[in-house]
Amino acid sequence: MKVNRKAAAVAAASAAVLALASCASSDRDSGSGSSSGGGGGGGTLTFGAAGAPAVFDPFYASDGETFRVTRQLYDTLVMFKPGTADMTPALAESWNNSPDGKTWTFNLRSGVKFSDGTALDATAVCKNFERWYNQTADGLAGAEYWSSNFGGSKVTKEPSLYKSCTPTSNKVVVQLNRVTSKFPSVLGLPSFSIQSPTAMDKYKANDLKGKGEGIAYPEYAKSHPTGSGPFTLEKYDTANQTITLKRNANYWGDKAKIDKLVFKIIPNESSRKQALEAGEIDGYDFPNPADWNSLKQNNDLKVRPAFNVLYLGLNAKANPKLKDLKVRQALMTAINRPQLVKSQLPEGAKVADEFMPDTVDGYNTSPTKYTYDVNKAKQMLQQAGAAGMQIELWYPSEVSRPYMPNPQKIFDAIKKDWEAAGLKVKPVTKPWNGGYLDAVDNGDASSFLLGWTGDYNTADNFIGTFFTETTNRFQTGQYPWGKQLSAELTKADSTVDEADRTAQYKTINNKLVTEYLPGLPISHSPPAIVFNKKVSGITPSPLTDERYNYAEIKK
Amino acid sequence: MVGVMLLLSLLLFVWLRSLPGGPASAICGDRCNPAKLAQIKKTLGLDDPVIVQYLNFLKRAVTGDFGVSTGVQPGRSSMEIFVERLPATIELGVLAMIIAVAAGIPLGYLAARRRGGILDGLTLTSSLLGVAIPVFFTAFVLKYFFAVDWHLFPISGRQGDIEATRVTNFFVLDGLLTREWDAAWDALRHLILPAVTLATIPFSFVFRITRAAVLDVLDEDYVRTAEAKGLSSKVITRRHVLRNAMLPVVTIIGLQMGALLGGAILTETVFGFPGLGDALARAFTGRDYSMLQLLILMAAATYVVVNLLVDITYAYIDPRVRTR
Amino acid sequence: MTPLNRKKERLDGLAASTAAPAAGQAGGVDVMDPVDPVGEAGAVRDAEGVSLLASAWRRLRRNPMFIIGAVLVALFILVAVFAPLLAPHAPDDRPLIGQISASTNPIPKAQDGFPLGGDEKGRDLLSRLIYGSRQTLIVGVLATLGGLAGGVTLGTLAGAFGGWVDSVVMRVVDVLLSLPSILLAITIASLASQPSQWTVIVAIAIVQVPVFARLLRGSMLAQRSSDHVLAARSLGVKRSAIVFRHMLPNSLGPVFVQSTLALSVSIIEAAALSFLGLGNPDDSKAEWGQMLGAAQNLFDLYPHIAFWPAACIVVVSLGFTLMGESMREALDPKSRR
Repeated sequence: MKVNRKAAAVAAASAAVLALASCASSDRDSGSGSSSGGGGGGGTLTFGAAGAPAVFDPFYASDGETFRVTRQLYDTLVMFKPGTADMTPALAESWNNSPDGKTWTFNLRSGVKFSDGTALDATAVCKNFERWYNQTADGLAGAEYWSSNFGGSKVTKEPSLYKSCTPTSNKVVVQLNRVTSKFPSVLGLPSFSIQSPTAMDKYKANDLKGKGEGIAYPEYAKSHPTGSGPFTLEKYDTANQTITLKRNANYWGDKAKIDKLVFKIIPNESSRKQALEAGEIDGYDFPNPADWNSLKQNNDLKVRPAFNVLYLGLNAKANPKLKDLKVRQALMTAINRPQLVKSQLPEGAKVADEFMPDTVDGYNTSPTKYTYDVNKAKQMLQQAGAAGMQIELWYPSEVSRPYMPNPQKIFDAIKKDWEAAGLKVKPVTKPWNGGYLDAVDNGDASSFLLGWTGDYNTADNFIGTFFTETTNRFQTGQYPWGKQLSAELTKADSTVDEADRTAQYKTINNKLVTEYLPGLPISHSPPAIVFNKKVSGITPSPLTDERYNYAEIKK
Repeated sequence: MVGVMLLLSLLLFVWLRSLPGGPASAICGDRCNPAKLAQIKKTLGLDDPVIVQYLNFLKRAVTGDFGVSTGVQPGRSSMEIFVERLPATIELGVLAMIIAVAAGIPLGYLAARRRGGILDGLTLTSSLLGVAIPVFFTAFVLKYFFAVDWHLFPISGRQGDIEATRVTNFFVLDGLLTREWDAAWDALRHLILPAVTLATIPFSFVFRITRAAVLDVLDEDYVRTAEAKGLSSKVITRRHVLRNAMLPVVTIIGLQMGALLGGAILTETVFGFPGLGDALARAFTGRDYSMLQLLILMAAATYVVVNLLVDITYAYIDPRVRTR
Repeated sequence: MTPLNRKKERLDGLAASTAAPAAGQAGGVDVMDPVDPVGEAGAVRDAEGVSLLASAWRRLRRNPMFIIGAVLVALFILVAVFAPLLAPHAPDDRPLIGQISASTNPIPKAQDGFPLGGDEKGRDLLSRLIYGSRQTLIVGVLATLGGLAGGVTLGTLAGAFGGWVDSVVMRVVDVLLSLPSILLAITIASLASQPSQWTVIVAIAIVQVPVFARLLRGSMLAQRSSDHVLAARSLGVKRSAIVFRHMLPNSLGPVFVQSTLALSVSIIEAAALSFLGLGNPDDSKAEWGQMLGAAQNLFDLYPHIAFWPAACIVVVSLGFTLMGESMREALDPKSRR
């Protein structure tokens, strides 16, 4: 009996294995595919990514992990000069605008083809514009960059910045509903990549559905991205968390020197560092500042120019005492920003005097500066009748941003400084996506840590984003000057003449820190990216817009 | 049991939705504003009354559709992610249990046989240490020495940069089935450190229960009878001692599967092992409702199933049950 | 309900170990066991009618496992109580902040007056370790007490009344038991709207509730039909009096054992929560689990930052485990040998 039962079990098990084996066969090609298609040294570059990309259609994305991948797959009409945030031609060789600033004509590069063979011509470009504008309400919910830069779509009441797109032979004429300084820089954003209309139709690229708790993406966005970039998607091995891109041999620009670009997803930060040192990956992004020094010894640590700002937002709605400019200035004077920057932020970080970095046009070179002085801060508080006032200080948990690698440490430094000035600080923390941003948006946080990484080089992208709406995170509508600031920003943004515009922004920037002070600018801190010594050719970008077609890898 | 699961799912559902933040904020991102957030909530149906949402959830869940992930792998179906990652965690759990049993039972038996000896003392202490050291610290230390310092094992992930064919998503098994030996070997190498780490949890229990059970059985009348009969000690060990001592050991193995699931959350996080534990940890930080609902319900269900399996195994090896 | 039976049986077994007057039947085996004179002596006295607790204590006093455990625990408590006297600096003072530079010298080295160096925020590591004992003890004790209070309430309700109260209470307990403990703790901690020391304590306490509840219920049920309860009932003693005077005190032995073990589990689970980023974000009061969690990204370059809090956790939880396990053995009539 016993023997029989055992034998039966073994037989059943081996039958199952055999059945599996019969349908399992290796997909491997005999030659291991190292047929370097000319160019540089070939080879594979493996990059350690912190997270999985949401989709391969950048139009529906808003996160850096997605953009890092899609930047290699697609081109945009304009792009940013490697290592800077300034515009340079890409798919459009040149462009010009009408005197009223509302009609833009782009001259397209000729002979460019998408990886599926479709021609990248004026019609294809306009089809992309139309696609963006024709989004359904569901689609608009997924298209964050469109809705925050262009406003509405065809279905919404809110008018869009975009009016029309007309293809004429090799030219694209885009008409806008109003003048704005962000156009055409905004077209360099990865979200506005030009994608193949044929492939988008075939794989139903716009078929996006809100479903239960998340957004269900169409086939196109999940597995058939089709662009004209230096790489194409080979496979996304979800079980092993690796994305493999293949060199596009027909790329119109500088063809990739490596054969393959692999993104290996390693969520844990210290594991990425260890993997780099063990040679399992060739590079990774945003190394922990504490590791910079040791990484420099055997690797190539590239520090990007700081194109961000960390600020402490103030909100008088949640704490009426903050309505007094004296109090806000006292809070600023009480923070020892030089020490904070030195002890908590990486090398190369700077104290911020304005709400935007000095590389942006419109930066005021001689702004009013605040120097750290506890006693003066105490005095100012006394004068304002706010000595020993109580204030909530909010900071996010479970998050690390390029402008604040460790929010809790920055919070701690500010809390200590404020306490030294006699304030009673009440810490409040919530997870970034678990209530922090919601509370800040709702105006519940009287003082909060937040920041911004610029998308492109315009003042509007920084201070325009922060303060144009009066119901912004600082609730500037609360103040007597809120509407005025908003009007000043709108006026500057819609000024066609560049010199005039820049001058206006300079004035606004100085007013922002002297008369308004809706928040306290803290620092600009440079994020880094690190590669091992075998990798060369990559220029670190302030926009984290690194181009891997220039990468070379020594064997 | 279905009742318990329903209650659990309702509790979880209502609780998740009573919290601030969530998938809508995650999708809305850094540039969010209240109007945009409201629009996204409307699109996702998150502005319906909770009970309507729950009924919709149940309706979909019955068909196996648990919604779309927003944090772990945004945009993919949660069920798809679950099915894909389940083999990873099973592979890890099974190997950990094999290691724990392979070390725990013989050591437990030897310790019991030479009670009070050096081996007994040493193993007893180490089994107590296994409980006292936080499992993620064990993971850090093992990783630091074996992977970072001595380069004996890979640092993270399930497989290196190797071309491998996927059949069952059990990577080791796949490698064997498709005769891609290097792929199988590579997957196994990735498994070893996490499995050893994870094994420290069940090891101490398996060891101590085996030791106690063998001690108990050695005192039983039938062992004394067998000894009196003059049976060789080998036969006694095999037929009487081990077989009877195995009963509580099997029980504890079953019980430990639950703890293993918990330990996998920490171990997989440290070793960047893309299994369910890693998914769970990230679902929590990313406020991924659909993934959380699916994973927690599945964890409870797995626990139930494993216990059921224990009962069946129990019946199989317990001589008393068998003769009935 | 079969699947959960195993976990239940284990707890019920522990519950029965003191509640049932099992001394006699165990003694028979013990007397014949020549290996362990300690066990034999205890067993013999049992037969003479010495109380179970007294004989357990007698055995414990001579058990090296128990003594080591007790010494470690006592040291831990002493350090925690006298932390302000022992520590050279306050836990949130930043005497070394001036030396820190985030990318060139993130962790101040050991130096005069700072034998272990500083941490990432320029605070004295040694002082934080010393103060950490205090916070760790508070977390452990409060979480265990919370679990105990919840468990005693539920278990007493179920065990004392039986019937439908028992079924309802045990159904709730079963829901809690159906998840692995760490998963339950993570769920509760991460779903709190604002993480703090209290969410950690509450999360771990809730995880302990079902364990204590089952334990008490088992031991109560065993006593409901025991002679002294029957006697009291026949004398017309009120039900509440029977529960609080007779049944509850007699169940405290296993509860005490379980509490000791629960303390160790609490400390480790608090560390696990911190590691996953679900711990108390405010670190002005040092806590070992939190310190260990915060050190995870510095482990490669500055292992000592992680090692010290880890070592403290291991030693203390080992102390509690040793104490708890040896007490469990001493109280368990079956293992008295």
